[in-house]
Amino acid sequence: MKYKGRFGDYGGFYVPEVLIPALEELEEAFFHYHHDEQFVNELEQLSKHYAGRPSPLYFAQRFSEHVGFRVYLKREDLLHGGAHKVNNTLGQGLLAKYMGKTKLIAETGAGQHGLATAMIGALFGMETKIFMGVTDIERQSVNVHKMKLCGAEVVGVEGGTGTLKDAINDALRYWTAHVTDTFYLFGSAAGPHPYPTIVKHFQSCIGAEARQQCLDQIGRLPDMVVACVGGGSNAIGIFSGFYDDKDVRLIGVEAGGRSVAGGKHAATLVAGRVGILHGAKSYLLQDKEGQVYDTESVSAGLDYAAVGPEHCMLKDTGRAEYFAAEDEEVLDAFELLTRSEGILPALESSHALAYVMQQKGKLDSDTIAVVNLSGRGDKDVSIVEKHRPIEQ
Amino acid sequence: MKTYKQVFSELDRAALIPFFVVGDPDFDTSLEIIKGAIDAGADILELGIPFSDPIADGPTIQKADIRAIKSGMNVARALEFIKQIKNYKDIPIGLLMYYNLIYQYGTGKFFEDFHKAGVNSVLVADLSIDDGDEIIGSAASAGLDTVFMVTPNTAPDRIKLIVSKTTGFIYTVSVLGVTGSRDNLSGTIEDLIGDLKKLTSVPVCVGFGISKPEHAAAVARAGADGVIIGSKIVGLIEKNLNNKTEMIVEISAFLTQVMDAISR
Repeated sequence: MKYKGRFGDYGGFYVPEVLIPALEELEEAFFHYHHDEQFVNELEQLSKHYAGRPSPLYFAQRFSEHVGFRVYLKREDLLHGGAHKVNNTLGQGLLAKYMGKTKLIAETGAGQHGLATAMIGALFGMETKIFMGVTDIERQSVNVHKMKLCGAEVVGVEGGTGTLKDAINDALRYWTAHVTDTFYLFGSAAGPHPYPTIVKHFQSCIGAEARQQCLDQIGRLPDMVVACVGGGSNAIGIFSGFYDDKDVRLIGVEAGGRSVAGGKHAATLVAGRVGILHGAKSYLLQDKEGQVYDTESVSAGLDYAAVGPEHCMLKDTGRAEYFAAEDEEVLDAFELLTRSEGILPALESSHALAYVMQQKGKLDSDTIAVVNLSGRGDKDVSIVEKHRPIEQ
Repeated sequence: MKTYKQVFSELDRAALIPFFVVGDPDFDTSLEIIKGAIDAGADILELGIPFSDPIADGPTIQKADIRAIKSGMNVARALEFIKQIKNYKDIPIGLLMYYNLIYQYGTGKFFEDFHKAGVNSVLVADLSIDDGDEIIGSAASAGLDTVFMVTPNTAPDRIKLIVSKTTGFIYTVSVLGVTGSRDNLSGTIEDLIGDLKKLTSVPVCVGFGISKPEHAAAVARAGADGVIIGSKIVGLIEKNLNNKTEMIVEISAFLTQVMDAISR
């Protein structure tokens, strides 16, 4: 490998020897093409006309009135596929095409990355396999069906709790046996180098746009930028636009699950300890000995025991702050945004909204918070219905 | 303590190296199985301490890891387990590990404690030669040999680097993929063994997918110094979970067949 892929001491590429050539090939291709004029132009056209970029920055007035300060939503939920995931799958899918790969594989939790990969598989005519835990298949059946409609094969993964961690395990195993013709389209800013760097690159459009939109629409930068963190791709994407703006607080919100105190959660940065999983050194939810915990969250997309290495560094340096929102608060946030604005947020993104609601009464009324509304909540309607049935 | 060097120099055939997950299906049965394997002629043992997320392993060994963890196996008990094997016979032992368990224990202390218990080497499945420096120094000061993997897609320059940092044996992976029984051996493995033998005097052992006596015989004929068999015998544990006597008999019988095949 040309680079170490480290963020402080975090990251790296802790993988079996058999995967090294594939990661080397990917690293070389990424650094070759990511500033290549033809590649950049093609991606820009697709981002605009296929995915629907730029996404709006929307002032959520009624939601703001409820919390008592000004909340703007970066509307990634309006992109094709219903989430920010398409930014990355278009970028990596195009990279796969330029590399001459004909097959795509991907892991998915909520199904958003799986769907975004299946869409790109259809767009580029590539054979696509999506690895998804059996628990997630059950709780995200709509997305599973959409992936199949796009022509992808959905491979159910039974190991562990049948969630994202297990899907990544099996995708890595499959890749090990098919490295020569298969491109692993990793969905989060986590995993082995060069994925955290690649995913951040393709998601950084969120932050660049949001910063400019703040200046154009509000006339100043926000006081805080808030995003949910599972592996951390939407958060790193929006944070990256504000790194140098030291007065802008960067806030990541993890899945508090049923209870952070009770141990039933996926709040890795809040409650984890440094370890090694899925090719990277990062904070990790694990027992004393190093066995990785099964995590729990109402949102499949944040239900992950590790976290992107750059977030670990941002936590240690204090540049970003990380908190957790528990399931009940998240459902409250889902309901409030839907009722006050007519926007159904994904349960993942609802974590960021829940943090904002926690700040009610604590911040001045002229405070400006930008929330990355990373995905829409259509896929979560049946889960919300189960937790909060509507009385007739 | 018997060394790899002693074993390889004493043998005029390939070494028989069975792999087990310690504590599969439980502490006592696992110990009996391994004693049986030693009696059947195992020259070296390759042992795994179970991990929750074994990404280099196929379904057979994943299930073994789960059985072992459920039965209460952990790093501290693995130390005790290895001491009991060494009390039975002074046989060289290589550990096959995932990095997080070592990292949490403390790398230096892990190597020291397990060397004291009777381990000769520690291969970390998810640590490549690029990060070899994280373990090589402390392995050497603990008195351990190093073992690294070479796979069919490892580039020639990289093979040279790996070979130069290996003191125990080269763990040569016979296929692109994870562990697991396979009907046929990869066609390129014999060439890879030949290439490695030209490059180094460090012993070359072959594993992943070797599931029949004739596979073992073929890699031995191609010049391998050792044959590592994992999933096939771990599968025999799974198959006979309700009959422990039969389990031990079948594993020993299979290893005896392999021994015959590589001794011819």
